[in-house]
Amino acid sequence: MDLLGYGAFFLTTALIFSLVTLGLNLQWGLTGLFNVGLAGFVAIGAYTSAMLTTPDDAARLGGFGLPILVGWLGAMVVGGIAAALTGMATLRLRSDYLAITTFGVAVVVQLVALNAQKLTGGPFGIGFIPRPFGSLAETPLLFNLSNLAVVSVVTLIAYLALEHLSRSPWGRVLKALREDERAAISLGKSARFYRVQAFATGGAIMALAGALQAHFTGFIAPDNYLPILTFQIWVMLIVGGSGSNLGAVIGSILVWAIWAGSGTLTSILFPPEQQARAAALQIAAIGVMLCVILLIRPNGLFGDRPRRPWFGRRTKIAQAKSSSGS
Amino acid sequence: MNLQFVVDGLLTGSMIGLGAIGVTLTYSILRFSNFAHGDFMAWGTYATLAVVSAIGAMVGKVAPIAPLSFGWPLIVALVVGMAFTALLALLLDKVLFARLRSQGQAIIVVMASFGASMALRSLLEFTFSSRPTYFSRAIQIAMPIGFGIRITPDQIALLMLTAVLVLGVHLLMTRTQTGRSMQALSQNAALARIVGIDVASVVRVTWVIGGALACVAGVMIGILVQIRPFMGFDMLLPMFAAAILGGIGSIPGAVLGGLIIGLAEAGAVQLIGAEWRAAVSFIILIAVLFVRPIGLFGVRER
Repeated sequence: MDLLGYGAFFLTTALIFSLVTLGLNLQWGLTGLFNVGLAGFVAIGAYTSAMLTTPDDAARLGGFGLPILVGWLGAMVVGGIAAALTGMATLRLRSDYLAITTFGVAVVVQLVALNAQKLTGGPFGIGFIPRPFGSLAETPLLFNLSNLAVVSVVTLIAYLALEHLSRSPWGRVLKALREDERAAISLGKSARFYRVQAFATGGAIMALAGALQAHFTGFIAPDNYLPILTFQIWVMLIVGGSGSNLGAVIGSILVWAIWAGSGTLTSILFPPEQQARAAALQIAAIGVMLCVILLIRPNGLFGDRPRRPWFGRRTKIAQAKSSSGS
Repeated sequence: MNLQFVVDGLLTGSMIGLGAIGVTLTYSILRFSNFAHGDFMAWGTYATLAVVSAIGAMVGKVAPIAPLSFGWPLIVALVVGMAFTALLALLLDKVLFARLRSQGQAIIVVMASFGASMALRSLLEFTFSSRPTYFSRAIQIAMPIGFGIRITPDQIALLMLTAVLVLGVHLLMTRTQTGRSMQALSQNAALARIVGIDVASVVRVTWVIGGALACVAGVMIGILVQIRPFMGFDMLLPMFAAAILGGIGSIPGAVLGGLIIGLAEAGAVQLIGAEWRAAVSFIILIAVLFVRPIGLFGVRER
């Protein structure tokens, strides 16, 4: 029975991760936009939803006590707007600028979460976030299973919507822009407009995942959204194979299994005072793993094609060097 | 408003500027933004610290040079540390970046640098733990130099070192054949190859300069602030912002950008509070991207 409960808990966490990875796959896998600050967008979603749905709190702004679904919707809207603004600032420039800017977004969101106590509760975070099926909390198994059901349904909806989108005319434009920007532009498609849309949609999905996570654990703090989260999601997408939604989901579950498993292993193998060091070694090992996968199997398990990301005008040089076919 | 922020700003700016030189060179010559650059800083600093301790163990305690807080061991260790960091950068290029570059997929290299950054930093944390350490715990008396400004001998020495290094790199870039080859490669890679520039050697020089200067910047942070595994990672955003503000590929631009950001940060600390310091680089970065994305001394892409 315990095992089943843990399995449900594990799978719930993994599916929330896969929702973030799906968002990243839309940005990077489908559109070739590089986001190294996704932890910031996840945090925006979590905090927005927490502020909208928690009961009134005198210590900080908000606590509007709204229904959970409103919180999720609000998270998507705010996350989408934040991503759209980021995209508008950088997408007319070289792709590295987007990477650097998203990195900055994550830093600033972290700062606001830590320091704007009136808004975010500061380092202590926000507690008492309402949980769906909170009334079932006395029977942990039932509670875990119902959470799993909710998260599964949301992930499934996002998955099906993204699959549909990538086959729709809209998705085909994104692919066309990724593969051959000049050809797509010559057909009258505005590269920047489509990319901002894709980046905003991806950001909204990430924010939704952050909100789900917040309502699943009932408590959020700035520590949940460190750069390590960004890194985990990237490893999940690369292992699964960027470009494939199925790969994003399976990669997330697989990498989370490895991560949680090696975490359990280090906690058994090392004495308590060495735990922090062992955790550092674990991160180093996964960093090396990411580099090795990039070197030997850049398409991951389910990657769909040799990629040719958007790289502004530089692409011409790169393409001239690589083979002409794709 | 107290003018002390000028000294603090110039010092922070020197650290950012020295780091930004490496970032801007990597970006303009190797064409990717290296997220592992901050961790070169941290590795260089820890290597220098290790050599200082090794010298201390071998020859016993060495008295510091008159007004400074450190003696010759730190200077020797800094040179060793610079060499070590340069080698580390070369090694990382050989096993990782060069292979991915040869596949012609620039943004994959950025991602690999992100992974390498995580691995490098965590290895430091594993070896030295995340507790902060120091080169010296001695406290220096700051001398008043007028206008309400105080400065310590260490700070004067480090500002002078920065000036010498920046001038040296600038002369190297503008007056030597190697420097001109580097500029040629950054302006037009294909043409540079055609005229017979040895690309591999230019790439090596780029990493050596970037790595060595990152080490100096890190040691400056170590002397004036503290040594932590995250010290370099926290400098990443200011360094990128400085490189973009100065204009990608421009050495004077990177240094000037670093000084501007350093001064702005120090001013913000006085006006708003230290906790918002990291947001300054982001605001400057966004402003530059909207107003003048090629930066102060940048050239339009050919």
